[in-house]
Amino acid sequence: MATTLNINGKDVRVDADESTPILWALRDTLGMTGTKFGCGAALCGACTVHLNGAAIRSCVTPIASAVGQKITTIEALETDRVGKAVHQAWVKADVAQCGYCQSGQIMSATALLKANPKPSDAEIDGAMAGNICRCGTYARVRIAIKDAARSLA
Amino acid sequence: MHFENHTAEQIRAHLPPALAHRLQDVEPAEGIARRSFMKMAAVSGFALGAYPLVAGAQQGAAPAAAGLKPDQQPAAFVKIARDDTVTVTVNRLEFGQGTHTGLAMVLAEELDADWSKVKAVHGNADPAYNDPAFGMQITGGSTAVKHSYTQYRELGARTRAMLLAAAAKQWNVPVASLATERGVVIGPGGKKLTYGALADAAMLQPVPTAVTLKDPSRFKLIGQPTTRLDAKLKSSGKQTFGIDVRLPGMLTAVVVHPPVFGSKVASLDDAAARAVKGVKAVLRMPLHDGGEGVAVIGEGYWAVKQGREALKVEWNDAGREKVDSAKQLASYRELAAKPGRIKHDADMAPLAGAPQRISAEFVFPYLAHAPMEPLNCTVQIEGTGANAKASVWTGTQMPGLDTAAAARTLGIKPEQVAMHVQMAGGGFGRRGLLTSDFVVEACTVAKIAQAAGISAPVRTLWSREDDVRGGYYRPMHVHRAEIGFDAQGKVLAWDHVIVGQSIMAGTFFEPMMLKNGVDETMVEGMGKPYDVPMRLSAHHPKLNVPVLWWRSVGSTHTGYVMETLIDEIARATNQDPVAYRMKLMDAKATRHRAALQLAVDKSGYGKKTLPAGRAWGVAVHESFDSVVAYVVEASVVDGSPKLHQVTAGVHCNLAVNPKSVEAQIQGGALMGLSMCVPGAAITLKDGVVEQSNFGDFAVPRITDMPEIAVHIVPSADAPTGVGEPGLPPLAPAFANAIARLTGKPLRELPFKLG
Repeated sequence: MATTLNINGKDVRVDADESTPILWALRDTLGMTGTKFGCGAALCGACTVHLNGAAIRSCVTPIASAVGQKITTIEALETDRVGKAVHQAWVKADVAQCGYCQSGQIMSATALLKANPKPSDAEIDGAMAGNICRCGTYARVRIAIKDAARSLA
Repeated sequence: MHFENHTAEQIRAHLPPALAHRLQDVEPAEGIARRSFMKMAAVSGFALGAYPLVAGAQQGAAPAAAGLKPDQQPAAFVKIARDDTVTVTVNRLEFGQGTHTGLAMVLAEELDADWSKVKAVHGNADPAYNDPAFGMQITGGSTAVKHSYTQYRELGARTRAMLLAAAAKQWNVPVASLATERGVVIGPGGKKLTYGALADAAMLQPVPTAVTLKDPSRFKLIGQPTTRLDAKLKSSGKQTFGIDVRLPGMLTAVVVHPPVFGSKVASLDDAAARAVKGVKAVLRMPLHDGGEGVAVIGEGYWAVKQGREALKVEWNDAGREKVDSAKQLASYRELAAKPGRIKHDADMAPLAGAPQRISAEFVFPYLAHAPMEPLNCTVQIEGTGANAKASVWTGTQMPGLDTAAAARTLGIKPEQVAMHVQMAGGGFGRRGLLTSDFVVEACTVAKIAQAAGISAPVRTLWSREDDVRGGYYRPMHVHRAEIGFDAQGKVLAWDHVIVGQSIMAGTFFEPMMLKNGVDETMVEGMGKPYDVPMRLSAHHPKLNVPVLWWRSVGSTHTGYVMETLIDEIARATNQDPVAYRMKLMDAKATRHRAALQLAVDKSGYGKKTLPAGRAWGVAVHESFDSVVAYVVEASVVDGSPKLHQVTAGVHCNLAVNPKSVEAQIQGGALMGLSMCVPGAAITLKDGVVEQSNFGDFAVPRITDMPEIAVHIVPSADAPTGVGEPGLPPLAPAFANAIARLTGKPLRELPFKLG
């Protein structure tokens, strides 16, 4: 039952049932643990990856639906111009606290800035509303996204 | 102790657990020569002979180490590598609060380390890493910086003294002729040796007992806004947490818990579950609370999740109380109508004739902690009986206690358990269990798996639903207050009753924390700092719902009750809520006054004109020895309370890392807000928790986040903690603003308007 997925620009054979969510194929089958499990129900955003550049919740997206498409994970963040800017802005703003939700936050922010290089405050909140942080980093998430947008302009 | 003629294994067998990580660190993986490994091991024996776990060595320890306790020994806390990297072992769980950065700063300050070369790592369960005040390893109560500030300064100063002694010996000059700066010892004529170059020789120097600490005016690091040490890792997906532990052949387990706490399996049909590809075993297992669960063990989470969904379990809940939140509320209200066990008494006679009265009842629901990293614990058992060795990987607030619980569960001695404390994705109290529930559970899974012929390490992972339904909530509470006061707001009598389950009853903290039958953690935060005659009493009903501390503990409800009632009295007597508080606070409440005044000044309260529809709200509360005041701006938008702007005044004495203080206050405020948002309640029906995930147990999202400005009262006094104190005053400040708009007090959380 091997499925071939394109992950971070490379074709990867994944030996898992095709109903397996991308999240568990990444974490358990491929050992790519940067993408996090938070709720398993697309409610918290910790598992956010990109599918053809758009932010999706990998915990509810079966690998079967991603065949022939491009999956991008946090592991490829710094190889991407926007991703690198987001990473740098995140460090500069010292966004993380426990850090567990931040892979998802960063992937959502990166997808936002790729689609909308100059988001308004309301657009930032709208794009990030699916990503829960219990530590309360939201204020610095906003700061970092604006800073990344400026650095990319 | 002399180790030169022993093998590494023999050395390891003799060393206290505190050194185990040092040995791992200096093994050839890091490319350090065998000779240096032997030397360091020998030195370690010299420096650390006083560890309690090496009982026989205590009296034989080298004189230089005498008089120092394990938690004062530099060798257990500082490692300086030849490349000048300084690794600080921190005796607290890092789960977002920034303690790894804060305590590393404190040590690096006295060490005069080059901050760019400082790292922090977790300790293990060795007593060296006990909290110096608690005598056990605990991350909680906002105590890390408060209890370990002097400890880590002294550790840094001791290490620096050993480096200076080594340099003096090498250059054959007096120590007094030497200075240190950013990781370098500077000698006569400006010659220099880096700490890395001196580290091996420094380890051979006697450990000084007494050290002189810097005058705070010379601080270079402490007090500077400093970026977290883990910022880069946590901004790239590279930071690993307990859930990311991967071991060869590791299996994953989920445990199905009974819907009614403490119930047992009546019947189990696991045929379909066993047929799921990847499922290796389905096993009934005892749970820590006397109930029974079913473990599904297999290859990866997806397989075991499908396995659990294919299970057919009938539960036997006979004899188990089935709590119903509506009935519970009714019975709590009945209890609240009469005084309970007295915490402190006062004359209630003036109540009857008081010119004005407030009669109020408050309701607070159960709350789940729901840290973003679901609970998990990985256990590997090797060997059996006296030769058994267990390794446990988990993010825990109490590694020592959990090690003992793991040993008990596995039927081995604590010395046979190696606890590997993992970075944790939040906790808020849920990773500090006096019952060690998730560690016991994971150890039970590993044990029954081994008995079933599975020798692989097993990671037990909770789903979010397991977490939300799994118990250990902030208890539900009802407060009842009868307050009599005069036209000037002078409180004549305040009769206050609190009803709620005791967190401490039945735990080993009970003798300390239950006084006259009143759980201190339920009444903390009442009264103080207001000079009011209060009769305070408590009822502690027992219910079949496990309860636990939740960030800021009793102050989650007492802070709300106090600060909304004080505001009500101010409104009833037409007084400004800030001026009234300042008047009512007792003379000693200087930190409260300073924090409140700072928040008032920075917010523009009383000066700035608010946009139409907005109102000011004020609250100030002390918890865990720090005081936080909020001045907020809020409005009602489409029938719902909306928080716009928060200005914080914080008094935590000296702020070691102002950036960390700011983050903690913002985080505390958000968690305070989490008590207010619709859906922020855990309720039970027929003994079963009704919520299951973030869809029905709501937590604030970025769209709920107000603008928060954090201001710190300048102080040079020894620091107090900030992990919790930012939480309690947020909800009452918000409620007070809304009450000013609607004219009706909000006496239930989460908020209900109308």
